Amino acid sequence: MVNKPLVSIVSAGLSQFGRLDGMYCRELFADAAKEAYDRCPNLNPARDIEALFVGHMGESYEHQGHTGPTIADWAGLLPKPAVRIESACASSGAALRAGIFAILSGMHKVVMVGGVEKMTHRTTAEVTEFLAMASDMPFEQWNGITFPGLYALMATAHMHEYGTTEEQMARVAVKNHHNGTLNPKAHMQKEITLEKALASKVVAWPLKIYDCSLITDGASCLILTHPDLARKFTDTPVHVIGSGQASDAIGLYERKELTSLKAARLAGQDAYRMAGIKPDNVDVAEVHDCFTIAEIIAYEDLGFCDVGKGGKLMEDGVTELDGRLPVNPSGGLKSKGHPVGATGTAQAYEIYLQLTAQAEKRQVDGAEVGLSHNVGGSGATACVHIYRRD
Amino acid sequence: MLEAQEPLPVCTFTGETRKMSETAPFTVSSFYRFVSEKRLMAAKCNECGTEILPPKPMCTNCFSTNLKWIELDGAGKLLSYTIIYVAPEQFQSMAPYTVGIVELQNGLRLPGMIRGVNPEDIKIGMKLKIGFETSTSLQWPAWTRYFFKPA
Repeated sequence: MVNKPLVSIVSAGLSQFGRLDGMYCRELFADAAKEAYDRCPNLNPARDIEALFVGHMGESYEHQGHTGPTIADWAGLLPKPAVRIESACASSGAALRAGIFAILSGMHKVVMVGGVEKMTHRTTAEVTEFLAMASDMPFEQWNGITFPGLYALMATAHMHEYGTTEEQMARVAVKNHHNGTLNPKAHMQKEITLEKALASKVVAWPLKIYDCSLITDGASCLILTHPDLARKFTDTPVHVIGSGQASDAIGLYERKELTSLKAARLAGQDAYRMAGIKPDNVDVAEVHDCFTIAEIIAYEDLGFCDVGKGGKLMEDGVTELDGRLPVNPSGGLKSKGHPVGATGTAQAYEIYLQLTAQAEKRQVDGAEVGLSHNVGGSGATACVHIYRRD
Repeated sequence: MLEAQEPLPVCTFTGETRKMSETAPFTVSSFYRFVSEKRLMAAKCNECGTEILPPKPMCTNCFSTNLKWIELDGAGKLLSYTIIYVAPEQFQSMAPYTVGIVELQNGLRLPGMIRGVNPEDIKIGMKLKIGFETSTSLQWPAWTRYFFKPA
Protein backbone atom coordinates (compact mmCIF):
# COMPACT_ATOMS: atom_id res chain seq x y z
CA MET A 1 0.00 0.00 0.00
CA VAL A 2 3.07 2.23 0.19
CA ASN A 3 2.63 5.53 -1.63
CA LYS A 4 -0.64 4.46 -3.18
CA PRO A 5 -3.44 6.90 -2.40
CA LEU A 6 -6.04 5.37 -0.08
CA VAL A 7 -8.75 7.84 -0.99
CA SER A 8 -8.93 11.29 -2.53
CA ILE A 9 -10.37 14.44 -1.05
CA VAL A 10 -12.28 16.21 -3.83
CA SER A 11 -13.74 18.99 -1.71
CA ALA A 12 -13.78 20.39 1.80
CA GLY A 13 -15.74 22.87 3.87
CA LEU A 14 -15.39 24.72 7.16
CA SER A 15 -17.91 26.88 8.99
CA GLN A 16 -16.83 30.07 10.67
CA PHE A 17 -15.23 29.15 14.01
CA GLY A 18 -16.13 31.20 17.05
CA ARG A 19 -18.99 32.08 19.30
CA LEU A 20 -21.90 31.77 16.92
CA ASP A 21 -24.99 32.62 18.94
CA GLY A 22 -28.17 30.90 17.82
CA MET A 23 -26.34 28.52 15.48
CA TYR A 24 -26.48 24.91 16.63
CA CYS A 25 -24.83 21.76 15.27
CA ARG A 26 -27.21 21.24 12.38
CA GLU A 27 -26.85 24.80 11.08
CA LEU A 28 -23.08 24.85 11.65
CA PHE A 29 -22.66 21.65 9.67
CA ALA A 30 -24.91 22.91 6.86
CA ASP A 31 -22.60 25.93 6.60
CA ALA A 32 -19.52 23.70 6.18
CA ALA A 33 -21.33 21.37 3.76
CA LYS A 34 -22.42 24.32 1.60
CA GLU A 35 -18.81 25.42 1.16
CA ALA A 36 -17.81 21.87 0.20
CA TYR A 37 -20.65 21.66 -2.35
CA ASP A 38 -19.81 25.08 -3.83
CA ARG A 39 -16.16 24.13 -4.21
CA CYS A 40 -17.10 21.10 -6.28
CA PRO A 41 -19.60 22.00 -9.00
CA ASN A 42 -19.12 18.66 -10.75
CA LEU A 43 -20.60 16.89 -7.75
CA ASN A 44 -24.34 16.47 -7.28
CA PRO A 45 -24.51 15.99 -3.50
CA ALA A 46 -27.91 14.31 -3.30
CA ARG A 47 -27.04 11.91 -6.10
CA ASP A 48 -23.33 11.30 -5.57
CA ILE A 49 -22.74 11.29 -1.81
CA GLU A 50 -23.65 7.83 -0.59
CA ALA A 51 -23.01 8.02 3.17
CA LEU A 52 -22.16 10.44 5.97
CA PHE A 53 -19.82 9.87 8.93
CA VAL A 54 -19.97 12.73 11.40
CA GLY A 55 -17.68 13.17 14.39
CA HIS A 56 -19.43 14.62 17.43
CA MET A 57 -18.37 14.30 21.02
CA GLY A 58 -21.24 15.27 23.27
CA GLU A 59 -25.02 15.20 23.15
CA SER A 60 -25.06 16.99 26.51
CA TYR A 61 -24.39 20.43 25.00
CA GLU A 62 -27.63 20.54 23.02
CA HIS A 63 -29.56 17.70 24.60
CA GLN A 64 -29.53 16.21 21.11
CA GLY A 65 -28.48 12.69 20.36
CA HIS A 66 -28.94 10.71 17.14
CA THR A 67 -26.61 13.15 15.41
CA GLY A 68 -26.03 11.22 12.15
CA PRO A 69 -29.46 11.59 10.53
CA THR A 70 -29.99 15.05 12.04
CA ILE A 71 -26.88 16.32 10.32
CA ALA A 72 -27.69 14.40 7.11
CA ASP A 73 -31.08 16.14 7.00
CA TRP A 74 -29.62 19.65 7.30
CA ALA A 75 -26.87 18.79 4.80
CA GLY A 76 -29.46 17.65 2.26
CA LEU A 77 -28.27 14.05 2.33
CA LEU A 78 -31.43 12.19 3.37
CA PRO A 79 -32.03 9.24 2.93
CA LYS A 80 -28.35 8.28 2.81
CA PRO A 81 -26.96 6.27 5.74
CA ALA A 82 -25.48 8.57 8.39
CA VAL A 83 -23.77 7.74 11.67
CA ARG A 84 -22.13 9.67 14.45
CA ILE A 85 -18.59 8.65 15.37
CA GLU A 86 -17.48 9.44 18.91
CA SER A 87 -13.83 9.39 20.01
CA ALA A 88 -13.77 12.49 22.23
CA CYS A 89 -11.66 15.24 20.60
CA ALA A 90 -10.55 12.76 17.91
CA SER A 91 -14.13 12.11 16.78
CA SER A 92 -13.72 13.48 13.28
CA GLY A 93 -10.23 12.04 12.82
CA ALA A 94 -11.95 8.73 13.46
CA ALA A 95 -14.82 9.73 11.13
CA LEU A 96 -12.26 10.34 8.38
CA ARG A 97 -10.96 6.81 8.90
CA ALA A 98 -14.52 5.45 8.77
CA GLY A 99 -14.90 7.18 5.41
CA ILE A 100 -11.63 5.66 4.18
CA PHE A 101 -12.87 2.19 5.18
CA ALA A 102 -16.18 2.81 3.39
CA ILE A 103 -14.42 3.73 0.14
CA LEU A 104 -11.75 1.01 0.36
CA SER A 105 -14.34 -1.68 1.10
CA GLY A 106 -15.94 -0.88 -2.23
CA MET A 107 -19.28 -0.35 -0.49
CA HIS A 108 -19.40 3.35 -1.35
CA LYS A 109 -17.90 5.45 -4.14
CA VAL A 110 -18.32 8.90 -2.59
CA VAL A 111 -18.83 9.74 1.09
CA MET A 112 -18.89 12.83 3.26
CA VAL A 113 -16.96 12.83 6.53
CA GLY A 114 -16.88 15.64 9.02
CA GLY A 115 -17.45 16.80 12.53
CA VAL A 116 -19.31 19.38 14.55
CA GLU A 117 -19.62 20.77 18.08
CA LYS A 118 -21.65 23.57 19.63
CA MET A 119 -20.14 24.64 22.94
CA THR A 120 -20.27 28.38 23.64
CA HIS A 121 -23.90 28.53 24.83
CA ARG A 122 -22.92 26.62 27.99
CA THR A 123 -21.12 27.98 31.05
CA THR A 124 -17.40 27.26 31.41
CA ALA A 125 -18.22 25.00 34.39
CA GLU A 126 -20.63 22.97 32.26
CA VAL A 127 -18.19 22.70 29.35
CA THR A 128 -15.42 21.65 31.77
CA GLU A 129 -17.69 18.92 33.11
CA PHE A 130 -18.76 17.69 29.65
CA LEU A 131 -15.18 17.59 28.38
CA ALA A 132 -14.05 15.76 31.53
CA MET A 133 -16.28 12.85 30.47
CA ALA A 134 -13.49 11.94 28.04
CA SER A 135 -11.20 11.23 31.00
CA ASP A 136 -11.28 8.32 33.45
CA MET A 137 -14.28 8.70 35.77
CA PRO A 138 -13.45 6.49 38.78
CA PHE A 139 -9.92 7.79 39.40
CA GLU A 140 -9.38 11.05 37.48
CA GLN A 141 -12.76 12.82 37.51
CA TRP A 142 -13.55 11.43 40.98
CA ASN A 143 -10.37 13.02 42.33
CA GLY A 144 -11.07 16.46 40.85
CA ILE A 145 -8.62 16.18 37.95
CA THR A 146 -9.68 18.38 35.04
CA PHE A 147 -8.56 18.20 31.41
CA PRO A 148 -6.11 21.08 31.81
CA GLY A 149 -5.01 19.19 34.94
CA LEU A 150 -4.14 16.06 32.93
CA TYR A 151 -2.05 18.02 30.41
CA ALA A 152 -0.52 19.95 33.31
CA LEU A 153 0.61 16.61 34.78
CA MET A 154 2.32 15.90 31.43
CA ALA A 155 3.81 19.40 31.38
CA THR A 156 5.25 19.11 34.90
CA ALA A 157 6.78 15.74 34.02
CA HIS A 158 8.18 17.10 30.72
CA MET A 159 9.70 20.12 32.50
CA HIS A 160 11.23 17.85 35.15
CA GLU A 161 12.59 15.28 32.71
CA TYR A 162 13.76 17.45 29.81
CA GLY A 163 13.99 20.98 31.18
CA THR A 164 11.13 22.24 29.04
CA THR A 165 10.13 25.73 30.18
CA GLU A 166 6.93 27.68 30.64
CA GLU A 167 8.36 30.16 28.14
CA GLN A 168 8.77 27.48 25.46
CA MET A 169 5.15 26.49 25.98
CA ALA A 170 4.04 30.14 25.79
CA ARG A 171 5.90 30.46 22.47
CA VAL A 172 3.56 27.85 21.00
CA ALA A 173 0.63 30.08 21.95
CA VAL A 174 2.27 33.20 20.49
CA LYS A 175 3.00 31.36 17.21
CA ASN A 176 -0.48 29.91 16.85
CA HIS A 177 -2.15 33.21 17.71
CA HIS A 178 -0.05 34.88 15.02
CA ASN A 179 -1.11 32.26 12.46
CA GLY A 180 -4.72 32.71 13.53
CA THR A 181 -4.58 36.40 12.57
CA LEU A 182 -4.05 35.19 8.98
CA ASN A 183 -7.08 32.89 9.03
CA PRO A 184 -10.41 34.68 8.53
CA LYS A 185 -12.27 31.68 9.95
CA ALA A 186 -10.28 31.53 13.19
CA HIS A 187 -12.09 32.13 16.47
CA MET A 188 -9.51 34.49 18.01
CA GLN A 189 -7.71 36.53 15.34
CA LYS A 190 -5.51 38.35 17.79
CA GLU A 191 -1.75 38.52 18.36
CA ILE A 192 -0.53 37.87 21.88
CA THR A 193 2.86 38.59 23.40
CA LEU A 194 5.08 36.21 25.31
CA GLU A 195 4.80 38.46 28.37
CA LYS A 196 1.01 38.42 28.23
CA ALA A 197 0.88 34.65 27.82
CA LEU A 198 3.24 34.09 30.74
CA ALA A 199 1.37 36.52 32.99
CA SER A 200 -2.08 35.11 32.26
CA LYS A 201 -4.26 33.46 34.89
CA VAL A 202 -3.21 30.01 36.05
CA VAL A 203 -5.71 27.27 35.17
CA ALA A 204 -3.75 24.21 36.30
CA TRP A 205 -0.14 25.04 37.09
CA PRO A 206 2.07 25.20 35.01
CA LEU A 207 -0.65 25.80 32.40
CA LYS A 208 -2.14 29.27 32.15
CA ILE A 209 -5.15 30.48 30.25
CA TYR A 210 -3.04 31.16 27.12
CA ASP A 211 -1.75 27.60 27.21
CA CYS A 212 -5.32 26.35 26.69
CA SER A 213 -7.31 26.00 23.47
CA LEU A 214 -10.65 27.73 23.05
CA ILE A 215 -14.25 26.75 23.67
CA THR A 216 -15.62 27.19 20.18
CA ASP A 217 -18.59 26.46 17.90
CA GLY A 218 -17.81 25.05 14.48
CA ALA A 219 -18.12 22.35 11.85
CA SER A 220 -15.90 20.87 9.16
CA CYS A 221 -16.29 18.35 6.35
CA LEU A 222 -14.53 16.60 3.49
CA ILE A 223 -15.85 14.79 0.43
CA LEU A 224 -13.94 11.59 -0.26
CA THR A 225 -13.89 9.32 -3.25
CA HIS A 226 -11.83 6.51 -4.74
CA PRO A 227 -8.59 7.84 -6.31
CA ASP A 228 -9.68 6.44 -9.70
CA LEU A 229 -12.80 8.61 -9.61
CA ALA A 230 -11.27 11.81 -8.22
CA ARG A 231 -10.71 13.49 -11.61
CA LYS A 232 -14.40 13.17 -12.37
CA PHE A 233 -15.07 15.71 -9.63
CA THR A 234 -12.05 18.00 -9.53
CA ASP A 235 -8.74 18.83 -11.21
CA THR A 236 -7.07 19.37 -7.84
CA PRO A 237 -7.69 16.36 -5.60
CA VAL A 238 -5.66 15.85 -2.45
CA HIS A 239 -4.83 12.24 -1.70
CA VAL A 240 -4.82 10.61 1.70
CA ILE A 241 -1.76 8.37 1.54
CA GLY A 242 -1.44 7.24 5.16
CA SER A 243 -3.84 6.65 8.02
CA GLY A 244 -3.01 5.45 11.52
CA GLN A 245 -5.03 5.18 14.68
CA ALA A 246 -4.18 3.68 18.07
CA SER A 247 -5.67 3.39 21.55
CA ASP A 248 -4.18 3.67 25.02
CA ALA A 249 -5.44 3.45 28.61
CA ILE A 250 -8.17 6.00 29.33
CA GLY A 251 -6.38 6.97 32.54
CA LEU A 252 -3.12 8.89 32.14
CA TYR A 253 -1.90 7.26 35.38
CA GLU A 254 -2.12 3.78 33.81
CA ARG A 255 0.43 4.63 31.13
CA LYS A 256 4.15 4.03 31.49
CA GLU A 257 5.11 7.44 30.12
CA LEU A 258 3.75 10.83 31.11
CA THR A 259 5.86 12.81 28.63
CA SER A 260 4.73 11.16 25.37
CA LEU A 261 1.46 9.84 23.92
CA LYS A 262 2.11 6.26 22.89
CA ALA A 263 -1.09 6.13 20.83
CA ALA A 264 0.09 9.13 18.80
CA ARG A 265 3.52 7.56 18.24
CA LEU A 266 1.96 4.32 17.03
CA ALA A 267 -0.61 6.07 14.85
CA GLY A 268 2.17 8.19 13.35
CA GLN A 269 4.39 5.17 12.67
CA ASP A 270 1.53 3.37 10.90
CA ALA A 271 0.69 6.44 8.82
CA TYR A 272 4.32 7.05 7.83
CA ARG A 273 4.79 3.39 6.90
CA MET A 274 1.63 3.37 4.80
CA ALA A 275 2.57 6.63 3.08
CA GLY A 276 6.14 5.48 2.51
CA ILE A 277 7.56 8.74 3.86
CA LYS A 278 9.64 9.93 6.80
CA PRO A 279 8.96 12.81 9.18
CA ASP A 280 11.38 15.09 7.29
CA ASN A 281 9.30 14.67 4.12
CA VAL A 282 6.41 16.55 5.77
CA ASP A 283 6.04 20.12 4.44
CA VAL A 284 3.19 21.29 6.68
CA ALA A 285 1.40 19.83 9.71
CA GLU A 286 -1.69 20.49 11.78
CA VAL A 287 -1.25 19.01 15.26
CA HIS A 288 -3.57 18.72 18.22
CA ASP A 289 -2.54 21.70 20.37
CA CYS A 290 -5.39 21.42 22.87
CA PHE A 291 -2.75 22.72 25.29
CA THR A 292 0.62 24.19 24.37
CA ILE A 293 2.48 21.26 25.94
CA ALA A 294 0.50 18.95 23.64
CA GLU A 295 2.06 20.60 20.56
CA ILE A 296 5.56 20.20 22.03
CA ILE A 297 4.87 16.53 22.78
CA ALA A 298 3.38 16.11 19.27
CA TYR A 299 6.67 17.29 17.70
CA GLU A 300 8.46 14.48 19.53
CA ASP A 301 5.80 11.79 19.00
CA LEU A 302 5.70 12.52 15.25
CA GLY A 303 9.48 12.45 14.91
CA PHE A 304 9.84 16.14 13.99
CA CYS A 305 12.62 16.26 16.58
CA ASP A 306 14.30 13.98 19.11
CA VAL A 307 12.55 13.00 22.32
CA GLY A 308 12.78 15.82 24.84
CA LYS A 309 13.71 18.45 22.22
CA GLY A 310 10.20 19.70 21.41
CA GLY A 311 10.60 22.89 23.43
CA LYS A 312 13.87 23.64 21.66
CA LEU A 313 12.30 23.02 18.23
CA MET A 314 9.68 25.65 19.06
CA GLU A 315 12.29 28.05 20.41
CA ASP A 316 14.41 27.67 17.25
CA GLY A 317 11.47 28.83 15.12
CA VAL A 318 11.41 25.66 12.99
CA THR A 319 7.62 25.37 13.27
CA GLU A 320 6.82 29.05 12.62
CA LEU A 321 4.96 29.84 9.41
CA ASP A 322 8.25 30.83 7.75
CA GLY A 323 10.21 27.99 9.35
CA ARG A 324 11.42 24.73 7.84
CA LEU A 325 8.33 22.81 9.04
CA PRO A 326 5.35 25.08 9.67
CA VAL A 327 2.99 23.59 12.27
CA ASN A 328 -0.58 24.76 12.76
CA PRO A 329 -0.68 27.42 10.03
CA SER A 330 -4.45 27.60 10.61
CA GLY A 331 -3.86 28.91 14.14
CA GLY A 332 -4.46 25.46 15.58
CA LEU A 333 -6.87 24.61 18.34
CA LYS A 334 -5.25 27.44 20.27
CA SER A 335 -6.48 30.33 18.13
CA LYS A 336 -8.61 28.88 15.32
CA GLY A 337 -10.57 27.18 18.11
CA HIS A 338 -11.46 23.69 19.27
CA PRO A 339 -15.06 22.65 18.62
CA VAL A 340 -14.03 19.20 19.74
CA GLY A 341 -15.95 16.97 17.31
CA ALA A 342 -15.04 19.21 14.36
CA THR A 343 -11.31 19.42 15.00
CA GLY A 344 -10.01 16.32 13.15
CA THR A 345 -11.54 17.19 9.80
CA ALA A 346 -10.89 20.90 10.36
CA GLN A 347 -7.19 19.98 10.44
CA ALA A 348 -7.67 18.01 7.21
CA TYR A 349 -9.46 21.03 5.70
CA GLU A 350 -6.43 23.21 6.40
CA ILE A 351 -4.09 20.64 4.87
CA TYR A 352 -6.42 20.45 1.84
CA LEU A 353 -6.17 24.24 1.41
CA GLN A 354 -2.38 24.17 1.87
CA LEU A 355 -1.82 21.39 -0.66
CA THR A 356 -4.09 23.07 -3.24
CA ALA A 357 -2.42 26.46 -2.69
CA GLN A 358 -5.62 28.06 -1.41
CA ALA A 359 -4.43 29.07 2.07
CA GLU A 360 -3.89 32.71 1.04
CA LYS A 361 -1.93 34.76 3.60
CA ARG A 362 -0.86 31.69 5.54
CA GLN A 363 0.11 29.60 2.50
CA VAL A 364 3.19 27.44 2.97
CA ASP A 365 4.98 27.84 -0.35
CA GLY A 366 5.24 24.70 -2.41
CA ALA A 367 3.67 22.40 0.19
CA GLU A 368 3.31 18.92 -1.28
CA VAL A 369 3.00 16.63 1.73
CA GLY A 370 0.88 17.39 4.79
CA LEU A 371 0.11 15.65 8.07
CA SER A 372 -2.68 15.91 10.63
CA HIS A 373 -2.48 14.67 14.23
CA ASN A 374 -5.76 14.45 16.15
CA VAL A 375 -5.87 13.31 19.78
CA GLY A 376 -8.84 12.21 21.87
CA GLY A 377 -8.89 12.92 25.58
CA SER A 378 -5.50 12.83 27.25
CA GLY A 379 -4.24 10.45 24.56
CA ALA A 380 -6.42 7.33 24.77
CA THR A 381 -7.16 7.89 21.06
CA ALA A 382 -4.88 9.28 18.39
CA CYS A 383 -5.41 9.51 14.62
CA VAL A 384 -2.66 10.55 12.23
CA HIS A 385 -3.26 11.15 8.52
CA ILE A 386 -0.79 11.95 5.76
CA TYR A 387 -1.78 13.71 2.56
CA ARG A 388 -0.14 14.64 -0.70
CA ARG A 389 -1.19 16.82 -3.56
CA ASP A 390 -2.00 15.24 -6.93
CA MET B 1 -26.66 5.71 46.39
CA LEU B 2 -27.17 2.07 45.55
CA GLU B 3 -23.57 1.38 46.48
CA ALA B 4 -23.96 3.03 49.86
CA GLN B 5 -26.99 0.93 50.69
CA GLU B 6 -25.23 -2.35 50.05
CA PRO B 7 -23.84 -3.94 53.22
CA LEU B 8 -20.21 -3.01 53.69
CA PRO B 9 -17.64 -5.79 53.77
CA VAL B 10 -17.36 -7.76 56.95
CA CYS B 11 -15.46 -6.16 59.84
CA THR B 12 -12.01 -4.97 58.90
CA PHE B 13 -10.17 -6.51 61.81
CA THR B 14 -11.51 -10.05 61.79
CA GLY B 15 -10.41 -13.10 59.87
CA GLU B 16 -13.57 -12.86 57.83
CA THR B 17 -12.15 -9.87 55.97
CA ARG B 18 -9.66 -12.06 54.18
CA LYS B 19 -12.50 -14.29 53.12
CA MET B 20 -14.33 -11.26 51.80
CA SER B 21 -11.14 -10.19 50.01
CA GLU B 22 -10.97 -13.45 48.19
CA THR B 23 -14.53 -13.37 46.97
CA ALA B 24 -15.13 -9.69 46.18
CA PRO B 25 -15.65 -9.22 42.43
CA PHE B 26 -12.69 -7.64 40.63
CA THR B 27 -14.39 -4.31 40.01
CA VAL B 28 -13.73 -0.63 40.64
CA SER B 29 -16.69 -0.69 43.04
CA SER B 30 -14.95 -3.37 45.11
CA PHE B 31 -11.77 -1.26 45.10
CA TYR B 32 -13.72 1.62 46.65
CA ARG B 33 -15.45 -0.67 49.16
CA PHE B 34 -11.99 -1.64 50.36
CA VAL B 35 -11.10 2.07 50.50
CA SER B 36 -14.07 2.57 52.82
CA GLU B 37 -12.36 -0.02 55.06
CA LYS B 38 -9.08 1.95 54.80
CA ARG B 39 -7.45 -0.71 52.65
CA LEU B 40 -5.66 -0.23 49.33
CA MET B 41 -6.21 -3.36 47.25
CA ALA B 42 -5.15 -4.43 43.77
CA ALA B 43 -5.85 -7.56 41.73
CA LYS B 44 -3.17 -10.13 40.95
CA CYS B 45 -3.32 -12.81 38.29
CA ASN B 46 -2.75 -16.30 39.69
CA GLU B 47 -1.63 -17.52 36.26
CA CYS B 48 0.96 -14.99 35.07
CA GLY B 49 1.53 -12.92 38.20
CA THR B 50 0.57 -9.56 36.69
CA GLU B 51 -0.63 -7.03 39.27
CA ILE B 52 -3.61 -5.06 38.06
CA LEU B 53 -4.63 -1.60 39.24
CA PRO B 54 -7.34 -0.48 38.67
CA PRO B 55 -8.63 -4.01 39.22
CA LYS B 56 -10.13 -5.64 36.14
CA PRO B 57 -12.25 -8.82 36.01
CA MET B 58 -9.85 -10.40 33.52
CA CYS B 59 -6.07 -10.29 33.38
CA THR B 60 -5.30 -8.05 30.39
CA ASN B 61 -1.88 -9.70 30.04
CA CYS B 62 -2.90 -13.41 29.77
CA PHE B 63 -6.73 -13.19 29.74
CA SER B 64 -7.12 -15.41 32.79
CA THR B 65 -9.96 -14.81 35.24
CA ASN B 66 -8.08 -16.72 37.95
CA LEU B 67 -7.30 -13.65 40.10
CA LYS B 68 -6.80 -12.75 43.73
CA TRP B 69 -6.82 -9.53 45.75
CA ILE B 70 -3.56 -8.29 47.23
CA GLU B 71 -3.18 -5.51 49.76
CA LEU B 72 -0.70 -2.71 49.04
CA ASP B 73 1.11 -0.84 51.79
CA GLY B 74 0.05 2.52 50.36
CA ALA B 75 3.59 3.93 50.22
CA GLY B 76 4.69 5.58 47.03
CA LYS B 77 6.57 8.35 45.30
CA LEU B 78 5.29 11.29 43.33
CA LEU B 79 5.73 11.08 39.55
CA SER B 80 4.09 14.36 38.57
CA TYR B 81 1.73 16.97 39.97
CA THR B 82 -0.33 20.03 39.15
CA ILE B 83 -2.16 22.66 41.14
CA ILE B 84 -5.73 23.03 39.96
CA TYR B 85 -7.10 26.58 40.10
CA VAL B 86 -10.08 26.22 37.76
CA ALA B 87 -12.04 23.33 39.25
CA PRO B 88 -15.22 21.46 38.40
CA GLU B 89 -18.23 22.71 40.33
CA GLN B 90 -18.17 20.09 43.10
CA PHE B 91 -14.47 20.81 43.84
CA GLN B 92 -14.57 24.61 43.61
CA SER B 93 -14.64 25.17 47.37
CA MET B 94 -11.30 23.30 47.65
CA ALA B 95 -9.45 25.17 44.85
CA PRO B 96 -6.57 25.65 44.48
CA TYR B 97 -5.72 22.04 45.27
CA THR B 98 -2.87 19.75 44.31
CA VAL B 99 -3.28 16.48 42.46
CA GLY B 100 -0.60 14.08 41.36
CA ILE B 101 0.21 10.66 39.99
CA VAL B 102 1.79 8.36 42.55
CA GLU B 103 3.85 5.25 41.89
CA LEU B 104 3.06 2.58 44.47
CA GLN B 105 4.88 -0.68 45.11
CA ASN B 106 5.75 -2.81 42.08
CA GLY B 107 5.16 0.10 39.69
CA LEU B 108 1.39 0.29 40.19
CA ARG B 109 0.06 3.82 39.91
CA LEU B 110 -2.87 5.90 41.07
CA PRO B 111 -3.77 9.55 40.68
CA GLY B 112 -5.11 11.48 43.63
CA MET B 113 -5.19 14.65 45.67
CA ILE B 114 -2.12 15.49 47.69
CA ARG B 115 -2.95 16.97 51.08
CA GLY B 116 -1.00 18.24 54.04
CA VAL B 117 1.85 19.85 52.10
CA ASN B 118 2.30 23.39 50.76
CA PRO B 119 2.35 23.56 46.95
CA GLU B 120 5.82 25.17 47.03
CA ASP B 121 7.19 22.23 49.04
CA ILE B 122 5.98 19.61 46.57
CA LYS B 123 8.75 17.88 44.64
CA ILE B 124 8.68 15.18 42.01
CA GLY B 125 10.07 12.03 43.62
CA MET B 126 8.93 12.89 47.16
CA LYS B 127 7.67 10.04 49.31
CA LEU B 128 3.95 9.91 49.95
CA LYS B 129 1.53 7.54 51.60
CA ILE B 130 -2.13 6.95 51.13
CA GLY B 131 -4.83 8.35 53.40
CA PHE B 132 -8.52 7.59 53.52
CA GLU B 133 -11.47 9.89 54.01
CA THR B 134 -13.79 8.96 56.80
CA SER B 135 -16.99 10.17 55.16
CA THR B 136 -18.57 8.81 52.02
CA SER B 137 -19.93 11.00 49.27
CA LEU B 138 -23.70 10.93 49.03
CA GLN B 139 -23.55 11.71 45.34
CA TRP B 140 -23.40 8.83 42.85
CA PRO B 141 -21.26 6.70 42.81
CA ALA B 142 -21.10 7.19 46.60
CA TRP B 143 -17.53 5.99 47.03
CA THR B 144 -15.17 6.87 49.86
CA ARG B 145 -12.19 8.84 48.59
CA TYR B 146 -8.54 8.08 49.19
CA PHE B 147 -5.82 10.75 48.97
CA PHE B 148 -2.08 11.08 49.42
CA LYS B 149 -0.06 12.84 52.15
CA PRO B 150 3.65 13.20 52.95
CA ALA B 151 5.16 9.98 54.29
